[in-house]
Amino acid sequence: MSAITIDKAGPTRKVKYGSMSRDRAWALRWSYFFLVLFAIFSLTPPLYMLITSLKSSAEISAATNPWWVYHPTLENYIGLLTSNQFLRFFWNSAWVSIFVVTITMLISVPAAFALARMKFWGSATLATGVFLTYLIPDTLLFIPLFKMFALVGDWTGIQLINRWYVLLFIYPTLTVPFCTWIMIGYFASIPKELDEAAIIDGASWFQTLTRIFIPVALPGLIAATIFAFTVSWAQFLYPLVFTTSTDQLVLPVGIITTLIKGDVFNWGQIMTGALLGAAPPLIIYAFLMDYYIAGLTAGATKG
Amino acid sequence: MAEVSLRKVVKRYDEVEAVRGIDLDIADHEFVVLVGPSGCGKSTTLRMIAGLEDISDGDIMIGGDVVNDVPPKDRDIAMVFQNYALYPHMTVAENMSFGLRLKHYPKAEIKTRVAEAARMLDITDLIDRKPKQLSGGQRQRVAMGRAIVRNPKVFLFDEPLSNLDAKLRVQMRIEIKKVHQKVRTTTVYVTHDQVEAMTLADRVVVMNHGRIEQIGTPNELYHKPATRFVASFIGSPAMNFVPCRLEDVGGRMHIRLTDRLAFPVPPARAARYQAVLRTDKLLLGIRPEHITEARQHLEPGVEPFDAVLDVTEPMGMETLVYFTLDGTQICGRVNPNAGAQDGAPLRLAVDLNNIHLLNEVTGVVL
Amino acid sequence: MVDVAFQQNRVQATKAVRKRNGLHKALKRKSTVAFLMTLPLILLIAVLVVYPAFYSLHLATLNKSMTKFVGLGNFEFLFKRDTFWLVVKQSCIFAISAVIFKALIGFIVAHFVHNVPANKQRRWRGMLLVPWVIPPAMSTLAWLWLFDPSYSAFNYTLSFFGIGPIPWTGDANWARFSVILVNVWYGAPFFMIMYLAALKSVPEQLYEAAAIDGANWWQRIWYVTLPMMRNIIAITTLFSLIVTFANFDIVRILTAGGPLDHTHIFATWAFRVGIEGSDIPLGASVSLFMVPILAVAAIFILRDISKRGNEA
Repeated sequence: MSAITIDKAGPTRKVKYGSMSRDRAWALRWSYFFLVLFAIFSLTPPLYMLITSLKSSAEISAATNPWWVYHPTLENYIGLLTSNQFLRFFWNSAWVSIFVVTITMLISVPAAFALARMKFWGSATLATGVFLTYLIPDTLLFIPLFKMFALVGDWTGIQLINRWYVLLFIYPTLTVPFCTWIMIGYFASIPKELDEAAIIDGASWFQTLTRIFIPVALPGLIAATIFAFTVSWAQFLYPLVFTTSTDQLVLPVGIITTLIKGDVFNWGQIMTGALLGAAPPLIIYAFLMDYYIAGLTAGATKG
Repeated sequence: MAEVSLRKVVKRYDEVEAVRGIDLDIADHEFVVLVGPSGCGKSTTLRMIAGLEDISDGDIMIGGDVVNDVPPKDRDIAMVFQNYALYPHMTVAENMSFGLRLKHYPKAEIKTRVAEAARMLDITDLIDRKPKQLSGGQRQRVAMGRAIVRNPKVFLFDEPLSNLDAKLRVQMRIEIKKVHQKVRTTTVYVTHDQVEAMTLADRVVVMNHGRIEQIGTPNELYHKPATRFVASFIGSPAMNFVPCRLEDVGGRMHIRLTDRLAFPVPPARAARYQAVLRTDKLLLGIRPEHITEARQHLEPGVEPFDAVLDVTEPMGMETLVYFTLDGTQICGRVNPNAGAQDGAPLRLAVDLNNIHLLNEVTGVVL
Repeated sequence: MVDVAFQQNRVQATKAVRKRNGLHKALKRKSTVAFLMTLPLILLIAVLVVYPAFYSLHLATLNKSMTKFVGLGNFEFLFKRDTFWLVVKQSCIFAISAVIFKALIGFIVAHFVHNVPANKQRRWRGMLLVPWVIPPAMSTLAWLWLFDPSYSAFNYTLSFFGIGPIPWTGDANWARFSVILVNVWYGAPFFMIMYLAALKSVPEQLYEAAAIDGANWWQRIWYVTLPMMRNIIAITTLFSLIVTFANFDIVRILTAGGPLDHTHIFATWAFRVGIEGSDIPLGASVSLFMVPILAVAAIFILRDISKRGNEA
């Protein structure tokens, strides 16, 4: 306390204040300078995708300035969007993602509710187990899973390998643990009195979940949905392992395996395909950025 | 409408006994307040009546039926929570009607009931708002409205006013009393605030350590506390307790506080205390309003003494004075014009007609 | 529960029986419902995560055609191969250096974003998070094109400064650099967003108090920001360590392990050996080498998370 009074009364006060605001102005200028640099670093690849996607093959092989489009054309877009094969990839991806999101929510929301609110034997251990499961990466499981599904095919005659819907069994191992975990966090943050009020009002457990918890935790539900969708849409390893026929491929694998023919790279189409493949998550991100970020940070801040 | 009875109700959590055998009969239409310090088991008792906690032992009856195993929704009770517990995604009307909608009441009846409750609580204008847009007091009204529309057998209040500021609390207290006068529903109300308990209750139940210390009307508790705990818990500023002993001085019973200070006990009281004349561990309990400035003419049983004041607290209509007797701090209430000053001596008088004598060991008022 | 039932027995036989039945029925009902609600989750984890994890251990003990038990034969075989040790070395270099750079860049950028006025932060944050949003398989394609041996846009630009041409994916060391660069580009925004959230949770009064106590900007970071963010930094770093160590997409698409296996990491090599080389047991053995480091990181994360739980 005494330090402040001395400082204020002292003759250096004015100078100090001036230097402080000058410091701040410089700090701001430097911040902007570096932010611009980092923004360029961040946005170069997607912008380069866009630039290349607007070029014709001739312009690409002419090796003109790569950062500029001299003769913009939509031929790459038209080519891909009228190609049955590409559309097939797109729809495969879309169906897989939609189904996986649905399955994920149907599994993780009731489970999170039970784990957050209905304490039962082993519920705490199970919650920790769910989190641990989230830490197990796909690269650890793809070989045994591949072998398992191959064996299921051998034993039962139900062929799942090389069918796009096999991914509906596998993707939930990536999405469900995280979604359950963050939904536990969101549900746990709802005051206990709210479900007690609902119970006294005559609601069953199921009604408490559907009429109170889900509406109240809607932001969390949206964040979890976005997470499940983006993970399913971006998954690369599992479809690469489990699907090979071109009519069963999802977008990322499809683009890489069909547009790259031997050593011939059709870069115009590859970049267009990549941009179209990146579009759905980018659009969701653009419109629901806050939910996206909430889901991203929830893993460490909730629970 | 219904009476509520508790018979030897016990609540155990793993090791701890939160409620240790409570017997309580609440009459139809009665407003009963459970009061006590935090952790005394009052909230647990209320939650057992609501059915939110299983009871470990004993019986709870509502309207004559044992409801031990009846789930909350079938007990026909309504509860108002400390943090209101309004459903944040529903409007005021939806909040109030949620219970009725779950029971599939006809739409028209829901509407009338909500409108009626809203009128009673003066929240008709707020009916389409979300809880977020309401002030604390308004939320409290909505929470009460949600209880009223159900028209239950019993209202349960769990510290409903403790989230409000002091001014609003007084206002809502009056509001709750008015509502009870209108609907006359049997009410169990939990609070840690003794003023709330005294002002609202038909009967107050003072609880401590999971047991009932005393049940009585507010006046009974104030004037005839049964134990030291009740005596110290009820009333503000709290009752003074001074170690003392009784002695016979020339055939008259005296109460000795210090070596130099002793007062004659009024004859009516003396007869009552004859049995404990030889007891060592005694406490004198006296409320601050019975220690006042000494007037010219003293009533019988009022004895003067001199004290040096440590601290004075002017409250406006009175001044609180604090002084020390053999290491025990004592509070008195004097007229603001009595000339009380920090560190100054003042002639005070103690009204011995209103003293309480306690057994220091057992805490029982004699 | 047992305790309650036991004590009731002592009270009154008839009464106790009646009550215990009711109580147990209620408990049973609630926990049965709860169990049913978690059953799909339990099944999913048991059948598609826990079982394959152990199945992988079993697979690792078989010969290539999976007809014979070879014990630790696959591991012995791996230990004798130079490529395996190359993969071990590269995995560690890749994961550690990428995580360090991600953490540093994320921290610095988060501070810059935190510095600008609040109403402009949203826009910057939005732009800087884009790398994390694009599916890595898609964005790595763009990097592959930026690194193209004959048409590299980077080399085109650098040629104006008289540098290059740089063999981004052709030379072993440059290829390692490129793979790490792309990983940093992809992962730094995640750190940035986590740190930014943590920075915002540091009460402004602490900085003001520090400023009054005469702390300069870097003392404020050292004595206020870092201690307050320690937990978030630890969790994010460990998280990222797991994800980076187990990375597949970027290396697979950018270099496919080349040139001459000099960028292979565990995941890509396991894929090469197990799926492309059809030696499933050997592939399983390779991927199992990720387990120890993942387990250590997971234990630390769990400890931190439960610590947070206790504090709350």
